[in-house]
Amino acid sequence: MIEVRQLTRKFGNLTALNAVSFNVERGTVFGFVGQNGAGKTTTFNILATLLPPTSGDAFINGYSVVHQPKEVRKQIGYMPDFFGVYDHLKVEEYLDFFGSCFGILPNERKKLIPQLLELVNLTDKKNTYVDLLSRGMKQRLCLARALVHDPEVLILDEPASGLDPKARSEVKDIIRELKLMGKTILISSHILPELAEMSDEIGIIEKGKLVMKGSVSEIRKQLSGEKVIEVKMNGQLEEAIRFFEDDPFVTSVVKNEGNKQFIFTYKGTDEQQIQLLRSAVLKGLPITSFYERERNLERVFIDIMKEVEKDEAIQ
Amino acid sequence: MKRFNNPVLSKEFKLRFRSGKSYIGLLFYLLALGILVITFIFAQSFSSQFGFFHPRESQWMFYYLSFLQLGLILFMTPGLTAGIISGEREKQTLNILLTTPQSSLTIVLGKLLSSISYLLILLFSSLPIYSFVFIYGGISPSQLVTVFMLYLITIFAIGSFSILFSTIIRKTIPAMVTSYALMVFFSAGTGILLVLSMMIGTNLSPPYTTNVVSYIFASLNPFVVMLSILNQEFYNEINQLLFNIHLPPWVTYVSFYLFIFLISIFVSVKKIRPNIGR
Repeated sequence: MIEVRQLTRKFGNLTALNAVSFNVERGTVFGFVGQNGAGKTTTFNILATLLPPTSGDAFINGYSVVHQPKEVRKQIGYMPDFFGVYDHLKVEEYLDFFGSCFGILPNERKKLIPQLLELVNLTDKKNTYVDLLSRGMKQRLCLARALVHDPEVLILDEPASGLDPKARSEVKDIIRELKLMGKTILISSHILPELAEMSDEIGIIEKGKLVMKGSVSEIRKQLSGEKVIEVKMNGQLEEAIRFFEDDPFVTSVVKNEGNKQFIFTYKGTDEQQIQLLRSAVLKGLPITSFYERERNLERVFIDIMKEVEKDEAIQ
Repeated sequence: MKRFNNPVLSKEFKLRFRSGKSYIGLLFYLLALGILVITFIFAQSFSSQFGFFHPRESQWMFYYLSFLQLGLILFMTPGLTAGIISGEREKQTLNILLTTPQSSLTIVLGKLLSSISYLLILLFSSLPIYSFVFIYGGISPSQLVTVFMLYLITIFAIGSFSILFSTIIRKTIPAMVTSYALMVFFSAGTGILLVLSMMIGTNLSPPYTTNVVSYIFASLNPFVVMLSILNQEFYNEINQLLFNIHLPPWVTYVSFYLFIFLISIFVSVKKIRPNIGR
């Protein structure tokens, strides 16, 4: 569906993108995360045919952004990070204009526009001038505009940036609905936890390089082989701690909260973890709860950035 | 029909003519023009020995109106067109438009036509005022048609190089300043160069010599070309004296400004999308 091959873009001496490659399968929501200036918008501008790559290519539904940009434009719905609206144009007219730009016939547009307005919850604003809408409403309208030609691929550059929590939540709901409709969505943000809520897969870009790619849980594991496991006991806490400390894959054990539970870090595989739990139960330890704690994604992101900087310093 | 549909043009028309400002501007323009014409007729009638308006004076009124409208075109066209692409870029609406399948040519022509449409409406709505001239005689309809053709080619040429600057300079104010500077060069600069070249290379007594440089400057100046259309006899006398070239200056004028139009549109189309496909 989306195939990015060795995409490089230079601005003078600055390499904004450095041989970035990744694939996004049909129906997937792919989150593209990185700090400001990492190369997210450059990647999206190339995919939206607004910027030619210095080298490499990208394919949307098999069409090359370098050689077949006209076809690519028909395949994608693009929402930039910053955008303006036309003054003195009403919401309905705004969508009608872009519908006509995509060659949709007037009678089809008449049927389509109410559906789009309903999807983005702007039906009651159809006769409002677009410059009078709030920022959140403009974002939703821009999403509706990106959907006007029913594209299979959506490229959304920071769609929730600058919005208040309620407006962010509304945008996220719409994106979830679009995912249910089977759209392939490439979405960017500089906030990893926010992106993780919506995405099936995540790619982390830093200084023009794609440093990590995978599902949210895979990214956590890629960053560190260690898992954090929390155990709740109904007695025999000291005996349980000694048991887990003896396991070669347990790296540390910390007791907390009123002598009823402890956490330990574990670097074994899933199979070894199953075996460890089975042994504990067979030993007769009264375990009431045994679960893997989710690591804070913001922390994961910061750690990745540190790793990248460390690697660069070594090189 | 769909083939000729230009969504950019339709949208721009809707935006331009939605507000009452355009119509109020048109009303005041026609009022001002009407008052000038009526004042001219009354002034000529009262100063005439017999108290009537002579066809010869009607001709002068036609010249007066034609030069006035040419000045309006030269002054207004860069202002209407030099901000149309850069303005979209500054308002951050251009990128969205460029991700639609509309071709760069459609976008550039749609923007150009919609911007100059207001000027064209001002000009064509002034036609009834020209009918005063026909009441009193002294002017042929073909002269009126030729004058309006000169207006059209001037508008399209200035509009096209203004849109080119708007595309490549990217900021509205510098684009506007550059467009006005080029307009001033074509309308006043060529006049100054014409005078200088005549001072250097013209023999004012027989045998008359051919002065190609002066002819070229004269042929590029919209006011000189307008004069050659309005008063051909007068131009022929000047031509014999100063240039001695028998190609009508409007031919050179149309050829040159058509070339300017085509090259400006071509470069604008190439530059609006920094990508391989248009």
